[in-house]
Amino acid sequence: MKSLYSILVIITGLLLIYAMSAALMPEFHLGPLTFQGAPTEQTMGSVQRIFYYHVPSAWTAFLLFFINLGASVYYLIKRCQTADILALVTAEVGVVFCTIVLVTGPIWARPVWGIWWTWDMRLTSTLVLWLIYVSYLFLRKFSTSGQTPVLAASLAILGALCVPFVYFSIWFFRTQHPQPVMGGGGSIDPRMLHVLLVNWLAFSCFAFLVCWSRFRLEKLQRELDAAHAMRSLMDEPAHPRSAR
Amino acid sequence: MSGTLGTSSPPLQTPRPEAAAEVPPSAASAPSGITRATLLKDLRLEWRSKDAINSMLFFSLLVVVVFSFSFDPSAEESRQIAGGLVWVAFLFAAVVALNQTWARELRNQVLDAYRVSPAPANSLFLAKVIGNFIFVAVLETLMTPLFIIFYRLRAIGPAWQLLLVAALGTWALVVNGTFFAAMSIRTRSREIMLPLLLFPISIPAILAMVQATAAILTGEYSARFWIVLLGTYDLVFTTGCLLLFETVLNAE
Repeated sequence: MKSLYSILVIITGLLLIYAMSAALMPEFHLGPLTFQGAPTEQTMGSVQRIFYYHVPSAWTAFLLFFINLGASVYYLIKRCQTADILALVTAEVGVVFCTIVLVTGPIWARPVWGIWWTWDMRLTSTLVLWLIYVSYLFLRKFSTSGQTPVLAASLAILGALCVPFVYFSIWFFRTQHPQPVMGGGGSIDPRMLHVLLVNWLAFSCFAFLVCWSRFRLEKLQRELDAAHAMRSLMDEPAHPRSAR
Repeated sequence: MSGTLGTSSPPLQTPRPEAAAEVPPSAASAPSGITRATLLKDLRLEWRSKDAINSMLFFSLLVVVVFSFSFDPSAEESRQIAGGLVWVAFLFAAVVALNQTWARELRNQVLDAYRVSPAPANSLFLAKVIGNFIFVAVLETLMTPLFIIFYRLRAIGPAWQLLLVAALGTWALVVNGTFFAAMSIRTRSREIMLPLLLFPISIPAILAMVQATAAILTGEYSARFWIVLLGTYDLVFTTGCLLLFETVLNAE
């Protein structure tokens, strides 16, 4: 497992270097090889390049939240601890990526539109999604019940049920009160699409690595807590020095 | 087992599982009977003590007064945002009501007794939701005239739709709120946990309520979409909460 992890780290590192270079430069060299990166956009210029961080982060966050839903449902049916840890891990990493979307959005908006924030459809729905999953993390952290995983899984399911309503309601709200749209719509140049997809792949691999590490950490932490609990049940001193 | 007693009293028997199915449920033990009984109990308790309703009323009044300082009621713009203000005031007041929903059940281990009884958990949930709905509806009935007076509101659009929006919107808040109140029972900072969980998930409902109220008050556009959205939201979340409540109750 450890060697697989190291291999994945190397692959992800290489992917990230390639993806980030492609996003930042129209043409770049890695050693003797020359690669084509993303062309400079017509209207917005180099500022548009933040698009290659903003959109893949959003897609990665959505993917992670989707996995969270699946793990929560599986947990409620099978009560398997692995599913519970997976749900926790994907929620945490998903919130991080969602935060990146919410931070890169205003950074992009400021030079292009002159405003830091706008209540347009995409940013508002991402904000609400972020709020829902942060509340999930709060429940995880503040709950003192022994059955926190069950409560958290129920919350995740209700939160996921809410997502279509969020999109629908904000979409209609915006059609009634139109505002400038972030990121624009319309077709995309194939070279830009290529860089976008490469960045998404790199971000997904990175997210997978972080999730894996966090998963191992959480599993070890739970085993440690269980061992401590067993020890205090058996009435053994937790530390040799505390024995009288 | 009957041999060990040795008296003329009828022998004790462990109830067979089939016996429960054979006995026809009386009116009191049918799920609707349980809901009615729990609801009437809560209403009776509330009527005698008037804890929740008094605190909710006074809190709402304070919120309205503070809003009147922040958003000048005489300005024309205030009439545009009055829809939102009304609902924010009711939202905060509903949280006050919801926070004490399960408090009574925790004292004297009533919740534990309910868990070990064969009564379905959904009956308890429905009773609590309907009880909270009645409390918040009473609050809204008492506070709305005050709002109308303070903000000189009048409905340019169809006013009867406001009743529909109020009913659907209150149900949305109360059904989710009662569910999350049950979830927050065993958390640190229980009182703040409920709004933390409730507000994000209620955002579509709150948006719909506010927009529908603004649409009806200003008469500029139709509130139909928002009312349909609220209705769908209520349906989906009532079903979701009913399906998940048994799990949550047993997990506490």
